[in-house]
Amino acid sequence: MTEWLTELLVPFSYNYMLKAMWVSALVGGVCAFLSAYLMLKGWSLMGDALGHSIVPGVAGAYILGAPFAVGAFFAGLLAALAMQFVKHKSRLREDAVIGLVFTALFALGLLMASIWPTSVSIQTIVLGNILAISDEDVVQVAIIAAVSLAILLLVWKDLMVTFFDESHARSIGIRTGFLKVLFFTLLSACTVAALQTVGACLVIAMVVTPGATAYLLTDRFGRLIVISVALGVLTSFFGAYISYFLDGATGGVIVTLQTLIFLFAFYFAPKHGVLAARRRRKALTDGASVESAA
Amino acid sequence: MNAPTQGLRLASDLGASISVHNLSVTYPNGFTAVHDASFQLDPGSICALVGINGSGKSTIFKAIMGFLRPSAGEVKLCGMPVDEALKKNIVAYVPQSEDVDWNFPVLVETVVMMGRYGHMNFLRMPSRADRYKVDEALERVGMSAYRHRQIGELSGGQKKRVFLARSLAQEGRIILLDEPFTGVDVKTETAIIGLLRELRASGHLMLVSTHNLGSVPDFCDQVVLINRTVLAAGPTAEVFTQKNLERAFGGVLRNFQLGGRDLHDDDDARSVTVLTDDERPLVFYGDRAEKRKEPDAK
Repeated sequence: MTEWLTELLVPFSYNYMLKAMWVSALVGGVCAFLSAYLMLKGWSLMGDALGHSIVPGVAGAYILGAPFAVGAFFAGLLAALAMQFVKHKSRLREDAVIGLVFTALFALGLLMASIWPTSVSIQTIVLGNILAISDEDVVQVAIIAAVSLAILLLVWKDLMVTFFDESHARSIGIRTGFLKVLFFTLLSACTVAALQTVGACLVIAMVVTPGATAYLLTDRFGRLIVISVALGVLTSFFGAYISYFLDGATGGVIVTLQTLIFLFAFYFAPKHGVLAARRRRKALTDGASVESAA
Repeated sequence: MNAPTQGLRLASDLGASISVHNLSVTYPNGFTAVHDASFQLDPGSICALVGINGSGKSTIFKAIMGFLRPSAGEVKLCGMPVDEALKKNIVAYVPQSEDVDWNFPVLVETVVMMGRYGHMNFLRMPSRADRYKVDEALERVGMSAYRHRQIGELSGGQKKRVFLARSLAQEGRIILLDEPFTGVDVKTETAIIGLLRELRASGHLMLVSTHNLGSVPDFCDQVVLINRTVLAAGPTAEVFTQKNLERAFGGVLRNFQLGGRDLHDDDDARSVTVLTDDERPLVFYGDRAEKRKEPDAK
């Protein structure tokens, strides 16, 4: 029995595991916060686009020995500008433009990393490797996540009004343009941070799944954020923890956990779940048949 | 902070007014939606903004809300530039139903509380006065019983009332209503009109964009007719005439004319003209727009 327990506590005795768990939890929490907003506006795939677009920036930063956050920032900027440019100069629809730009940048990133091999392999960028994260990277990720979280806690209500009813937000003097830019800046920054934990491919899950799950569980935006963040923190923390035993990719475990919880909510959510809807329909038809019988 | 007594001050004391002076708005793609529009509205008035789709109604709304920068001319609210007026919570906006995301996870009371945000501090922490104003506003539109519903679970009329309650809670002296009668039953329409009249009596200024021509003479004392510019503006009796409406709508309206001889055997030469934009038709008998009989007290 005690042996078993000791075994379970093993991850906590390794410095790199501890680091992986708390960094993942922090990043997972702040990404989940953003997901509460992102999925409501139908912008979920922006997270995916951003995640892929910053790959060349990260690869470039490692090649040049610059902080990866700086490289990612410039790549993100380049992606945003390129999307605007193509959208204005052509008659393509937005989804096509996003698809074009982000795959182009992603390909560039792969190319760069394969031509100029660096200390960090392309696999690390694409799949993430929180277990091997360097101390400087931990500092960068922690700063990004902490600052983003602090800003979100200050402006969450203003963001809610802006996303819900922009005209009203403006009518009460909220600077909606500024807030939207701020939101996308935070989203890019957190995508960069999440790149370290789950990699470019799975970033999208971090900024969509917790919010989507919470959306099925509540009709109050404040609660939605709390549930979402709790899910983000717990799944990321335990995902990292479990990955020690499974010897599997941390990102894969985290996102699998998030998806399992989503599926659970999808079926069993008290009001918006599949079963609840079925119950309601049944009650309705039963009621109708009782009425017609009477 | 905001003492509850502040709300008791009449809006008219503060001179709610909209003045649009030689306003032109050109979109970035070069399309000029409104050209050289001018009108002036004073406290204690309900004004209809009437025009066909694409006539620039929403452009004028957006210019009044500061969403669009005028390419020429200016908009002043209570004598102030728009940005300054918005900071002082002078303008409340009741959106068109299609513009609202009804699946958004917010409750009725949360939406109404949003009306108070402009009165709160940076963190938007509601005070007791704010909660009281929300209760009061919900009570006034008869939605107190629904305060914990998610907004998508309401009927068309109830949805409208929630947003009206928000504008009441906001205590804006100028209220802009975008198509308030679309998708609304007659009972709610009457209730909304009653509420607007009360607000007019307390000095508010309301600008209502509407397709519902038939109800305009009922409750609007002013009309602004537009088609890419202001065609006519002023008291309803002077502006809301058959001639002006035909000018504003061109061939867009359904127009039925029933001649005197078709209707009766006497030699009354007047004819009935029915103008309709798919909502309540507007009926001219002779030259006068018919007023609907006032419904008795509710």
